[in-house]
Amino acid sequence: MSSPMNPAAGSPPAQTPPLRAGQGSGASVLTRRIEEANAAGRVAFIPFITAGFPTPAKFRQVLRELDEGGADIIEVGVPFSDPVADGPMVEEASRRALAAGVRLRGILEELAESAAGRSAPVVLMGYYNPFLQYGLERFARDAAAAGVSGCIVPDLPVDEDGPLRAVLEAQGMALIPLVGVNTPTARMQAYAHGAAGYVYLVSVLGVTGERAAFAEELAEAFTRAQSVFSLPLAVGFGFSGPAQLEGMPFRPQAVVVGSALLRFLDAGGSAADFMSRLA
Amino acid sequence: MKKGYFGEFGGCFVPELLMPPLLELEEACTDILPGEEFRRELDGLLRGYAGRETPLTLCPTLSRELGFNLYLKREDLLHTGAHKMNNTLGQALLARRMGKSVLAAETGAGQHGVATAAAAARLGLSCVVFMGEEDTRRQAANVMRMRLLGAEVRPVASGTRTLKDAINEALRFWIAEQRTTHYCFGTAAGPHPFPTLVRDLQSVIGEETKAQCRSAFGALPDVVVACVGGGSNAAGMFYPFVADPEAGAVRLAGIEAGGTGEPGCFTSAPLNLGTPGVLHGQYSMLLQDADGQIQPSHSVSAGLDYPGVGPEHAWFHKAGKVEYHVVVDAGALHAFARLCRGEGIIPALESSHALAWVLENAEALPAGGNVVVNLSGRGDKDMDIIREHMPDLCMPAQAADREGGSCPRQ
Repeated sequence: MSSPMNPAAGSPPAQTPPLRAGQGSGASVLTRRIEEANAAGRVAFIPFITAGFPTPAKFRQVLRELDEGGADIIEVGVPFSDPVADGPMVEEASRRALAAGVRLRGILEELAESAAGRSAPVVLMGYYNPFLQYGLERFARDAAAAGVSGCIVPDLPVDEDGPLRAVLEAQGMALIPLVGVNTPTARMQAYAHGAAGYVYLVSVLGVTGERAAFAEELAEAFTRAQSVFSLPLAVGFGFSGPAQLEGMPFRPQAVVVGSALLRFLDAGGSAADFMSRLA
Repeated sequence: MKKGYFGEFGGCFVPELLMPPLLELEEACTDILPGEEFRRELDGLLRGYAGRETPLTLCPTLSRELGFNLYLKREDLLHTGAHKMNNTLGQALLARRMGKSVLAAETGAGQHGVATAAAAARLGLSCVVFMGEEDTRRQAANVMRMRLLGAEVRPVASGTRTLKDAINEALRFWIAEQRTTHYCFGTAAGPHPFPTLVRDLQSVIGEETKAQCRSAFGALPDVVVACVGGGSNAAGMFYPFVADPEAGAVRLAGIEAGGTGEPGCFTSAPLNLGTPGVLHGQYSMLLQDADGQIQPSHSVSAGLDYPGVGPEHAWFHKAGKVEYHVVVDAGALHAFARLCRGEGIIPALESSHALAWVLENAEALPAGGNVVVNLSGRGDKDMDIIREHMPDLCMPAQAADREGGSCPRQ
């Protein structure tokens, strides 16, 4: 199968380049990158980009610009036909990527081919079924070989995550917990057991997409999460940039921005511009 | 067995944000549902408002032709025209006891939407129904019914704009509105505890059938047949038989929709033609491609038009407790016509699939025996589809004779 992510893949498949020495991979690099940003006085910045967006041909350039623009970690979305946790922008990006033939196999090939020279570690974010159909063990092996450091699976609560967690851990990768403002402390504790990388705190009771305001309960949930997890906390769902954190009664270690980036690219902007505007 | 699982199938594959309301619902299922007061109130509504118990009707004409006694369990006579009301009244009552003020629902053809809207109106709850934009056009009469009953109908323009997208949108709504809203899921599928909750609320069908068979012919039936989309009417019919050690000899057959039956066309038959995977919160059989993307489904009957199926059916299938077969559109349409003319009953196209399997396999069924088909709904909603597919059936009888019966007209 040719890689839909790589228009040049008609020729013999490129060799998977070995990871650069010292780059590190796996769960620990995620934690370290966020800590390094924090040590430099910054909230770590984690852009989310749907694989193959805005087009499969432009995607590699977008990844490079996000990396060169200073992304601390990059979350790459694996498109799925039925993304129940996502708002209109991410769903539309998913739909377009699927229509363009973007699939998990091609995404892993693309990430492997573009790994050389990339500084930011990559996390895959996607719904469970495509990973399951790929074969969990094979997925973990191929993802590790492609330099992927961890996964976020929004429809895999802790009650069901045993099989995926086991194969990811065997490859040194993180299954990043995703908790919400309505997650009771006892459930946060269940997630904390064996958590790695960072913790994703969903900032709104809702789907992905930018918001103008956040509920008071976010601060309360943040405080609870901070007491439960020993990992950095990233907030996401609803943020258009770190500036939105100003004036908030808490300071997360990282912020994830997805829909706002997709919308910017969709309107013809470049990832480089997006990153420089954040600076 | 792990909580919420039927063998290897089932589970609770939802965003963490939905776990608190699902756990709250699970607790209500344990604490409120079995209570005597709740049962009494639900029973009162089912009898006094919805029209239970529904009759078990012998079909004399078809029985004579087929060589066995064909009985219909008449869920088509239930208020709003289908078995859906058994579930929505139960969930609406539960929601009210849980202190929720809003019912959210998904609907494909609109039957579950209408049944939810009616239950909400009856119990003084607000109602929001998500319906694929495509379906709101195809089923305009049901949209009007829901609005008459006070529900807000929200057309869903994402994805394939049909039932599965309506479910996605209803789940998103529930994430945001979980504090005030109960998601009144329409079939015995989805995340735990819905497959068990809906099956339990629908089991009144099978329980009544067993009692009615005993009083009609002094025994349990030889064969029981029901159509399977998501699988709620079949779960409600089959479960009381599967769970009854005295019903071990009863042959149970679930009928999936095969669509047009042409090679390469979409179907709605994941048990027979699908593979296991995760969709809408459950691990079950699915119509999907090799990459795990969900495929569109197709059936002439909108109520069966869904790419997944409840996890308990996947388990019944795998464990050999129930057999599952496929009937294509043409078979269902033919059975529809035979029941209209032969017995004076206009069945839903969904239920016509179950009847069609009986007609197509009559020779293999026990001569002189007793066969029950769950007539899960009435066909009034299907008039436009019937007119389109069987125009000759809708003509005046004399005109049809004059023009040569079933030949296509110019």
